[in-house]
Amino acid sequence: MCLAVPTLIKSVEGDMALAELGGVERTISLTLTPEARVGDYVLIHTGFAISVVDADEAQETLRLLTELAASYPDETNGNLQSTISHQRS
Amino acid sequence: MKYIDEFRNPTLASSLLADIHARATRPVRFMEFCGGHTHAIFRHGLRQMLPPTVQLHSGPGCPVCVTADADLDRAIAMSKLPGVILTTFGDMLKVPGSHGSLQTAKAEGADVRVVYSTLDALQIAREHPERKIIFLGIGFETTAPTVAASILQAEAEGLHNLTVFSLHKLTPPATRAILDAGESRLAGIIGPGHVTTIIGSQAWEFLSQDYHVPCAIAGFEPLDILQAVAALVEMAEGGQPAVANTYSRSVRPEGNRAALDILCRVFETSDAEWRGLGRVPASGLALRPEYARFDAALAFPVDPGPTRQHMGCRCGDVVRGAVEPPECLLFGRACTPARPIGPCMVSAEGACAAWYQYGDIGHE
Repeated sequence: MCLAVPTLIKSVEGDMALAELGGVERTISLTLTPEARVGDYVLIHTGFAISVVDADEAQETLRLLTELAASYPDETNGNLQSTISHQRS
Repeated sequence: MKYIDEFRNPTLASSLLADIHARATRPVRFMEFCGGHTHAIFRHGLRQMLPPTVQLHSGPGCPVCVTADADLDRAIAMSKLPGVILTTFGDMLKVPGSHGSLQTAKAEGADVRVVYSTLDALQIAREHPERKIIFLGIGFETTAPTVAASILQAEAEGLHNLTVFSLHKLTPPATRAILDAGESRLAGIIGPGHVTTIIGSQAWEFLSQDYHVPCAIAGFEPLDILQAVAALVEMAEGGQPAVANTYSRSVRPEGNRAALDILCRVFETSDAEWRGLGRVPASGLALRPEYARFDAALAFPVDPGPTRQHMGCRCGDVVRGAVEPPECLLFGRACTPARPIGPCMVSAEGACAAWYQYGDIGHE
Protein backbone atom coordinates (compact mmCIF):
# COMPACT_ATOMS: atom_id res chain seq x y z
CA MET A 1 0.00 0.00 0.00
CA CYS A 2 2.73 2.45 0.94
CA LEU A 3 4.78 1.44 -2.09
CA ALA A 4 6.49 4.39 -3.76
CA VAL A 5 8.87 4.24 -6.70
CA PRO A 6 11.61 6.71 -7.74
CA THR A 7 10.59 8.20 -11.06
CA LEU A 8 12.14 10.90 -13.30
CA ILE A 9 10.10 14.02 -14.08
CA LYS A 10 10.20 14.73 -17.84
CA SER A 11 7.87 17.73 -18.06
CA VAL A 12 5.61 19.79 -15.82
CA GLU A 13 2.29 21.44 -16.59
CA GLY A 14 0.64 23.18 -13.68
CA ASP A 15 0.47 20.74 -10.79
CA MET A 16 0.64 17.72 -13.09
CA ALA A 17 3.78 16.17 -14.58
CA LEU A 18 4.86 13.55 -17.06
CA ALA A 19 7.14 11.05 -15.32
CA GLU A 20 9.13 8.17 -16.74
CA LEU A 21 10.03 4.88 -15.10
CA GLY A 22 11.80 2.13 -17.01
CA GLY A 23 10.68 3.54 -20.36
CA VAL A 24 7.03 3.91 -19.36
CA GLU A 25 5.60 7.42 -19.11
CA ARG A 26 2.63 8.37 -16.99
CA THR A 27 0.90 11.49 -15.74
CA ILE A 28 1.33 12.17 -12.04
CA SER A 29 0.25 14.86 -9.60
CA LEU A 30 2.78 17.23 -8.01
CA THR A 31 0.20 18.64 -5.58
CA LEU A 32 2.10 17.22 -2.60
CA THR A 33 5.56 18.25 -3.90
CA PRO A 34 5.19 21.74 -5.39
CA GLU A 35 8.99 22.13 -5.26
CA ALA A 36 9.55 19.33 -7.85
CA ARG A 37 11.18 20.36 -11.14
CA VAL A 38 11.96 18.74 -14.49
CA GLY A 39 14.97 16.43 -14.03
CA ASP A 40 14.14 15.64 -10.40
CA TYR A 41 13.48 12.11 -9.25
CA VAL A 42 10.32 11.90 -7.18
CA LEU A 43 8.83 9.01 -5.23
CA ILE A 44 5.45 8.18 -6.75
CA HIS A 45 2.70 6.75 -4.55
CA THR A 46 -0.73 6.04 -6.11
CA GLY A 47 -0.22 8.67 -8.81
CA PHE A 48 1.15 11.40 -6.53
CA ALA A 49 4.74 12.45 -5.96
CA ILE A 50 5.28 12.31 -2.18
CA SER A 51 8.90 13.49 -2.07
CA VAL A 52 11.73 14.73 -4.21
CA VAL A 53 14.66 12.33 -3.88
CA ASP A 54 17.61 14.18 -2.35
CA ALA A 55 20.52 13.26 -4.64
CA ASP A 56 23.15 14.53 -2.17
CA GLU A 57 21.74 12.44 0.68
CA ALA A 58 21.62 9.35 -1.55
CA GLN A 59 25.27 9.92 -2.51
CA GLU A 60 26.29 10.44 1.11
CA THR A 61 24.56 7.21 2.19
CA LEU A 62 26.37 5.24 -0.51
CA ARG A 63 29.69 6.90 0.41
CA LEU A 64 29.29 5.87 4.06
CA LEU A 65 28.40 2.32 3.05
CA THR A 66 31.44 2.15 0.76
CA GLU A 67 33.60 3.26 3.67
CA LEU A 68 32.08 0.54 5.82
CA ALA A 69 32.76 -2.03 3.10
CA ALA A 70 36.44 -1.03 3.13
CA SER A 71 36.62 -2.08 6.79
CA TYR A 72 35.27 -5.58 5.98
CA PRO A 73 37.45 -6.57 2.99
CA ASP A 74 37.04 -10.31 3.56
CA GLU A 75 33.25 -10.16 3.68
CA THR A 76 32.58 -8.17 0.55
CA ASN A 77 32.97 -10.93 -1.99
CA GLY A 78 29.44 -10.72 -3.30
CA ASN A 79 28.16 -13.83 -1.55
CA LEU A 80 24.85 -12.08 -0.83
CA GLN A 81 23.97 -12.19 -4.51
CA SER A 82 24.26 -15.96 -4.60
CA THR A 83 22.19 -16.18 -1.43
CA ILE A 84 19.50 -13.99 -2.97
CA SER A 85 19.49 -16.11 -6.12
CA HIS A 86 19.19 -19.21 -3.99
CA GLN A 87 16.23 -17.72 -2.10
CA ARG A 88 14.41 -16.94 -5.33
CA SER A 89 15.01 -20.29 -6.98
CA MET B 1 16.91 1.81 -12.23
CA LYS B 2 18.28 4.86 -10.47
CA TYR B 3 17.91 4.87 -6.67
CA ILE B 4 16.94 1.21 -6.77
CA ASP B 5 19.90 -0.72 -8.24
CA GLU B 6 22.54 1.08 -6.13
CA PHE B 7 20.67 0.14 -3.00
CA ARG B 8 20.77 -3.55 -3.92
CA ASN B 9 24.58 -3.67 -4.21
CA PRO B 10 25.59 -7.12 -2.91
CA THR B 11 29.10 -6.03 -1.87
CA LEU B 12 27.78 -3.26 0.34
CA ALA B 13 25.08 -5.58 1.69
CA SER B 14 27.71 -8.15 2.67
CA SER B 15 29.69 -5.60 4.64
CA LEU B 16 26.53 -4.40 6.41
CA LEU B 17 25.75 -8.00 7.31
CA ALA B 18 29.31 -8.48 8.57
CA ASP B 19 28.89 -5.36 10.69
CA ILE B 20 25.60 -6.65 12.14
CA HIS B 21 27.13 -10.07 12.89
CA ALA B 22 30.11 -8.41 14.58
CA ARG B 23 28.02 -6.12 16.78
CA ALA B 24 25.10 -8.35 17.82
CA THR B 25 25.94 -10.05 21.10
CA ARG B 26 22.53 -10.66 22.68
CA PRO B 27 19.07 -11.76 21.52
CA VAL B 28 16.94 -8.90 20.19
CA ARG B 29 13.58 -8.78 18.50
CA PHE B 30 12.78 -5.91 16.16
CA MET B 31 9.44 -5.18 14.52
CA GLU B 32 9.16 -3.86 11.00
CA PHE B 33 5.98 -1.81 11.17
CA CYS B 34 5.40 -1.72 7.44
CA GLY B 35 4.06 -4.55 5.31
CA GLY B 36 6.18 -3.26 2.44
CA HIS B 37 9.24 -3.97 4.58
CA THR B 38 7.95 -7.45 5.43
CA HIS B 39 7.58 -8.18 1.74
CA ALA B 40 11.08 -6.84 0.90
CA ILE B 41 12.66 -8.73 3.82
CA PHE B 42 11.18 -12.01 2.58
CA ARG B 43 11.79 -11.34 -1.11
CA HIS B 44 15.48 -10.73 -0.51
CA GLY B 45 15.82 -13.46 2.12
CA LEU B 46 17.16 -11.02 4.72
CA ARG B 47 15.85 -12.89 7.77
CA GLN B 48 18.02 -15.89 7.00
CA MET B 49 21.15 -13.76 6.58
CA LEU B 50 20.91 -12.10 9.98
CA PRO B 51 22.47 -13.65 13.10
CA PRO B 52 20.01 -16.06 14.77
CA THR B 53 19.93 -13.70 17.75
CA VAL B 54 18.50 -10.87 15.63
CA GLN B 55 14.82 -11.58 14.96
CA LEU B 56 12.50 -9.56 12.76
CA HIS B 57 8.75 -9.61 13.35
CA SER B 58 6.03 -8.25 11.12
CA GLY B 59 3.85 -5.46 12.43
CA PRO B 60 0.45 -3.94 11.64
CA GLY B 61 1.56 -1.91 8.61
CA CYS B 62 -0.82 -3.44 6.10
CA PRO B 63 -3.91 -1.23 5.71
CA VAL B 64 -6.01 -4.02 4.26
CA CYS B 65 -5.07 -6.32 7.13
CA VAL B 66 -5.98 -3.89 9.91
CA THR B 67 -9.33 -2.85 8.45
CA ALA B 68 -11.97 -4.03 10.90
CA ASP B 69 -14.62 -6.51 9.76
CA ALA B 70 -17.43 -4.08 10.67
CA ASP B 71 -15.93 -1.37 8.43
CA LEU B 72 -15.43 -3.78 5.55
CA ASP B 73 -19.04 -4.95 5.93
CA ARG B 74 -20.21 -1.34 5.69
CA ALA B 75 -18.17 -0.79 2.51
CA ILE B 76 -19.67 -3.91 0.96
CA ALA B 77 -23.17 -2.74 1.93
CA MET B 78 -22.48 0.69 0.38
CA SER B 79 -21.37 -0.92 -2.87
CA LYS B 80 -24.81 -2.53 -3.20
CA LEU B 81 -26.77 0.72 -2.94
CA PRO B 82 -28.56 1.84 -6.14
CA GLY B 83 -26.62 4.27 -8.33
CA VAL B 84 -23.35 3.78 -6.46
CA ILE B 85 -19.96 3.11 -8.03
CA LEU B 86 -17.57 1.99 -5.31
CA THR B 87 -13.92 2.60 -6.21
CA THR B 88 -11.15 0.85 -4.29
CA PHE B 89 -7.52 -0.17 -4.41
CA GLY B 90 -7.24 -3.74 -5.70
CA ASP B 91 -6.06 -5.31 -2.45
CA MET B 92 -9.46 -4.82 -0.81
CA LEU B 93 -11.42 -6.70 -3.43
CA LYS B 94 -10.90 -10.25 -2.17
CA VAL B 95 -10.91 -9.61 1.57
CA PRO B 96 -13.71 -11.71 3.06
CA GLY B 97 -16.22 -9.75 5.13
CA SER B 98 -18.85 -11.33 7.32
CA HIS B 99 -20.98 -12.21 4.30
CA GLY B 100 -18.93 -12.17 1.11
CA SER B 101 -16.40 -9.70 -0.22
CA LEU B 102 -16.40 -6.71 -2.55
CA GLN B 103 -15.56 -9.19 -5.27
CA THR B 104 -18.64 -11.31 -4.61
CA ALA B 105 -20.73 -8.12 -4.38
CA LYS B 106 -19.38 -7.19 -7.82
CA ALA B 107 -20.23 -10.62 -9.16
CA GLU B 108 -23.77 -10.12 -7.85
CA GLY B 109 -24.12 -6.86 -9.76
CA ALA B 110 -22.61 -4.14 -7.59
CA ASP B 111 -20.50 -1.64 -9.55
CA VAL B 112 -17.13 -2.04 -7.83
CA ARG B 113 -14.14 -0.67 -9.71
CA VAL B 114 -10.46 -1.07 -8.92
CA VAL B 115 -8.47 2.14 -9.23
CA TYR B 116 -4.74 2.80 -9.01
CA SER B 117 -5.15 6.33 -7.68
CA THR B 118 -7.75 8.71 -6.30
CA LEU B 119 -7.14 10.60 -9.54
CA ASP B 120 -8.91 7.70 -11.28
CA ALA B 121 -11.87 8.02 -8.90
CA LEU B 122 -12.05 11.74 -9.71
CA GLN B 123 -12.13 10.93 -13.42
CA ILE B 124 -14.93 8.38 -12.93
CA ALA B 125 -16.89 11.04 -11.01
CA ARG B 126 -16.43 13.51 -13.88
CA GLU B 127 -17.55 10.94 -16.46
CA HIS B 128 -20.61 9.80 -14.49
CA PRO B 129 -22.33 12.89 -13.06
CA GLU B 130 -25.55 10.87 -12.66
CA ARG B 131 -23.87 8.25 -10.42
CA LYS B 132 -22.65 8.40 -6.82
CA ILE B 133 -18.95 7.63 -6.64
CA ILE B 134 -17.60 6.33 -3.32
CA PHE B 135 -13.85 6.03 -2.83
CA LEU B 136 -12.92 3.46 -0.19
CA GLY B 137 -10.25 5.36 1.72
CA ILE B 138 -7.86 2.89 3.25
CA GLY B 139 -4.19 3.49 3.92
CA PHE B 140 -1.87 5.24 6.33
CA GLU B 141 -0.30 8.70 6.34
CA THR B 142 1.31 8.01 2.95
CA THR B 143 -2.02 7.61 1.20
CA ALA B 144 -4.31 9.94 3.16
CA PRO B 145 -2.79 13.18 1.70
CA THR B 146 -3.52 11.93 -1.83
CA VAL B 147 -7.15 11.41 -0.82
CA ALA B 148 -7.27 14.84 0.84
CA ALA B 149 -5.83 16.44 -2.30
CA SER B 150 -8.51 14.76 -4.40
CA ILE B 151 -11.28 16.02 -2.13
CA LEU B 152 -9.89 19.56 -2.50
CA GLN B 153 -9.80 19.02 -6.28
CA ALA B 154 -13.42 17.80 -6.29
CA GLU B 155 -14.39 20.88 -4.29
CA ALA B 156 -12.53 23.17 -6.70
CA GLU B 157 -14.25 21.56 -9.70
CA GLY B 158 -17.68 21.57 -8.05
CA LEU B 159 -17.93 17.78 -8.30
CA HIS B 160 -20.83 16.85 -6.03
CA ASN B 161 -20.99 13.12 -6.72
CA LEU B 162 -17.72 11.99 -5.10
CA THR B 163 -17.52 10.89 -1.46
CA VAL B 164 -14.87 9.11 0.58
CA PHE B 165 -15.44 6.35 3.14
CA SER B 166 -12.45 7.21 5.31
CA LEU B 167 -10.91 4.23 7.04
CA HIS B 168 -7.50 5.90 7.08
CA LYS B 169 -5.30 5.09 10.02
CA LEU B 170 -2.29 6.62 11.75
CA THR B 171 0.82 4.61 12.49
CA PRO B 172 2.33 6.14 15.67
CA PRO B 173 -0.81 5.48 17.80
CA ALA B 174 -0.85 1.85 16.62
CA THR B 175 2.80 1.46 17.55
CA ARG B 176 2.02 2.88 20.99
CA ALA B 177 -0.86 0.40 21.34
CA ILE B 178 1.45 -2.52 20.54
CA LEU B 179 4.11 -1.36 23.00
CA ASP B 180 1.47 -0.69 25.66
CA ALA B 181 0.14 -4.23 25.23
CA GLY B 182 3.65 -5.46 26.02
CA GLU B 183 3.21 -8.81 24.26
CA SER B 184 6.20 -8.62 21.98
CA ARG B 185 9.10 -7.28 24.14
CA LEU B 186 10.52 -5.31 21.24
CA ALA B 187 14.11 -4.05 21.27
CA GLY B 188 13.55 -1.76 18.32
CA ILE B 189 11.23 -0.63 15.56
CA ILE B 190 12.03 -0.41 11.85
CA GLY B 191 10.07 2.73 10.99
CA PRO B 192 7.96 2.94 7.82
CA GLY B 193 9.90 4.93 5.21
CA HIS B 194 7.07 6.32 3.15
CA VAL B 195 4.74 7.09 6.06
CA THR B 196 7.68 8.94 7.63
CA THR B 197 8.36 10.78 4.36
CA ILE B 198 5.02 12.45 5.10
CA ILE B 199 5.00 12.75 8.92
CA GLY B 200 8.76 13.27 9.47
CA SER B 201 11.22 11.35 11.62
CA GLN B 202 10.46 13.65 14.57
CA ALA B 203 7.07 11.94 14.83
CA TRP B 204 8.82 8.81 16.15
CA GLU B 205 10.81 10.45 18.94
CA PHE B 206 8.21 9.29 21.48
CA LEU B 207 9.58 5.76 21.06
CA SER B 208 12.91 6.58 22.67
CA GLN B 209 11.52 9.23 25.01
CA ASP B 210 8.46 7.38 26.37
CA TYR B 211 9.34 3.73 25.79
CA HIS B 212 13.17 3.67 25.67
CA VAL B 213 12.86 1.81 22.35
CA PRO B 214 15.15 2.71 19.43
CA CYS B 215 13.72 3.35 15.99
CA ALA B 216 15.38 3.32 12.57
CA ILE B 217 13.48 4.75 9.60
CA ALA B 218 14.15 2.59 6.55
CA GLY B 219 13.68 2.61 2.81
CA PHE B 220 12.62 -0.51 0.96
CA GLU B 221 15.74 -1.83 -0.75
CA PRO B 222 18.02 -4.43 0.91
CA LEU B 223 20.71 -1.88 1.82
CA ASP B 224 18.08 0.38 3.38
CA ILE B 225 16.69 -2.38 5.56
CA LEU B 226 20.10 -3.74 6.56
CA GLN B 227 21.25 -0.23 7.47
CA ALA B 228 18.23 0.13 9.73
CA VAL B 229 18.91 -3.24 11.37
CA ALA B 230 22.57 -2.27 11.89
CA ALA B 231 21.50 1.02 13.47
CA LEU B 232 19.01 -0.76 15.76
CA VAL B 233 21.60 -3.35 16.81
CA GLU B 234 24.07 -0.59 17.60
CA MET B 235 21.51 1.35 19.66
CA ALA B 236 20.21 -1.77 21.43
CA GLU B 237 23.74 -2.90 22.31
CA GLY B 238 24.74 0.56 23.49
CA GLY B 239 21.55 1.18 25.47
CA GLN B 240 21.17 4.53 23.72
CA PRO B 241 17.73 4.62 22.06
CA ALA B 242 17.09 7.36 19.50
CA VAL B 243 15.53 7.80 16.07
CA ALA B 244 17.97 6.95 13.28
CA ASN B 245 17.03 8.05 9.78
CA THR B 246 18.59 5.60 7.30
CA TYR B 247 16.32 6.82 4.48
CA SER B 248 17.53 10.40 4.33
CA ARG B 249 17.17 10.59 0.55
CA SER B 250 13.41 10.79 1.13
CA VAL B 251 12.73 11.36 4.84
CA ARG B 252 13.27 14.74 6.52
CA PRO B 253 12.90 15.41 10.24
CA GLU B 254 9.86 17.63 9.67
CA GLY B 255 8.27 15.47 6.95
CA ASN B 256 6.48 16.81 3.89
CA ARG B 257 4.90 20.10 4.98
CA ALA B 258 2.82 20.56 1.81
CA ALA B 259 1.30 17.10 2.22
CA LEU B 260 0.67 17.59 5.94
CA ASP B 261 -1.01 20.95 5.30
CA ILE B 262 -3.40 19.38 2.78
CA LEU B 263 -4.02 16.40 5.07
CA CYS B 264 -4.88 18.64 8.03
CA ARG B 265 -7.13 20.91 5.98
CA VAL B 266 -9.42 18.02 5.11
CA PHE B 267 -9.04 15.48 7.93
CA GLU B 268 -9.00 15.49 11.71
CA THR B 269 -8.01 12.67 14.03
CA SER B 270 -10.67 10.32 15.34
CA ASP B 271 -10.80 7.04 17.21
CA ALA B 272 -10.50 4.05 14.92
CA GLU B 273 -11.15 0.33 15.06
CA TRP B 274 -8.18 -1.88 14.12
CA ARG B 275 -8.23 -5.59 13.50
CA GLY B 276 -6.12 -7.08 16.26
CA LEU B 277 -5.77 -3.87 18.27
CA GLY B 278 -9.40 -2.94 18.83
CA ARG B 279 -10.39 0.68 19.28
CA VAL B 280 -7.31 2.91 19.41
CA PRO B 281 -7.83 6.55 20.47
CA ALA B 282 -6.95 9.25 17.92
CA SER B 283 -5.61 6.65 15.47
CA GLY B 284 -7.96 7.35 12.56
CA LEU B 285 -8.74 10.19 10.18
CA ALA B 286 -12.26 11.57 9.79
CA LEU B 287 -13.36 14.33 7.42
CA ARG B 288 -13.55 17.73 9.11
CA PRO B 289 -17.10 19.10 9.52
CA GLU B 290 -16.53 21.63 6.71
CA TYR B 291 -15.95 18.70 4.32
CA ALA B 292 -18.85 16.61 5.67
CA ARG B 293 -20.56 16.61 2.26
CA PHE B 294 -17.70 14.43 0.99
CA ASP B 295 -18.17 11.90 3.80
CA ALA B 296 -19.63 8.62 2.52
CA ALA B 297 -20.30 7.46 6.08
CA LEU B 298 -22.79 10.35 6.45
CA ALA B 299 -24.15 10.25 2.90
CA PHE B 300 -24.76 6.49 2.89
CA PRO B 301 -25.74 5.26 6.36
CA VAL B 302 -25.83 1.47 6.18
CA ASP B 303 -26.32 -1.19 8.81
CA PRO B 304 -24.92 -4.50 7.61
CA GLY B 305 -25.76 -6.20 10.92
CA PRO B 306 -23.45 -7.95 13.36
CA THR B 307 -20.08 -9.16 12.14
CA ARG B 308 -19.31 -12.83 11.83
CA GLN B 309 -15.83 -13.96 12.84
CA HIS B 310 -13.91 -16.46 10.77
CA MET B 311 -13.23 -19.35 13.09
CA GLY B 312 -9.57 -19.96 13.69
CA CYS B 313 -8.23 -16.97 11.73
CA ARG B 314 -5.39 -15.37 13.71
CA CYS B 315 -4.86 -12.37 11.49
CA GLY B 316 -5.50 -10.09 14.47
CA ASP B 317 -2.67 -11.74 16.42
CA VAL B 318 -0.40 -11.59 13.36
CA VAL B 319 -0.79 -7.82 12.87
CA ARG B 320 0.10 -7.30 16.55
CA GLY B 321 3.24 -9.36 16.11
CA ALA B 322 1.96 -11.72 18.83
CA VAL B 323 2.25 -14.80 16.59
CA GLU B 324 3.99 -15.65 13.33
CA PRO B 325 1.75 -16.84 10.46
CA PRO B 326 2.71 -20.55 10.64
CA GLU B 327 1.37 -20.60 14.20
CA CYS B 328 -2.12 -20.20 12.75
CA LEU B 329 -3.71 -23.59 12.14
CA LEU B 330 -5.35 -22.36 8.93
CA PHE B 331 -2.09 -21.08 7.40
CA GLY B 332 -1.19 -22.84 4.15
CA ARG B 333 -3.99 -25.38 4.65
CA ALA B 334 -7.48 -23.88 4.67
CA CYS B 335 -6.08 -20.39 4.04
CA THR B 336 -3.96 -19.74 0.93
CA PRO B 337 -3.58 -16.77 -1.44
CA ALA B 338 -5.94 -18.52 -3.88
CA ARG B 339 -8.58 -19.07 -1.16
CA PRO B 340 -7.79 -16.60 1.61
CA ILE B 341 -9.72 -16.64 4.87
CA GLY B 342 -8.05 -13.63 6.51
CA PRO B 343 -6.83 -10.34 5.01
CA CYS B 344 -3.20 -11.07 6.01
CA MET B 345 -3.25 -13.76 3.29
CA VAL B 346 -5.03 -11.52 0.74
CA SER B 347 -2.89 -8.42 0.67
CA ALA B 348 0.49 -8.51 -1.04
CA GLU B 349 1.72 -6.72 2.09
CA GLY B 350 0.16 -9.16 4.51
CA ALA B 351 2.56 -11.17 6.65
CA CYS B 352 0.78 -14.44 5.85
CA ALA B 353 1.06 -13.80 2.10
CA ALA B 354 4.80 -13.03 2.46
CA TRP B 355 5.40 -16.18 4.53
CA TYR B 356 3.40 -18.26 2.08
CA GLN B 357 5.13 -16.88 -1.00
CA TYR B 358 8.73 -16.75 0.27
CA GLY B 359 8.94 -18.60 3.58
CA ASP B 360 10.97 -21.82 3.53
CA ILE B 361 8.11 -23.89 4.83
CA GLY B 362 6.27 -26.74 3.22
CA HIS B 363 3.00 -25.75 1.63
CA GLU B 364 0.34 -28.38 1.88
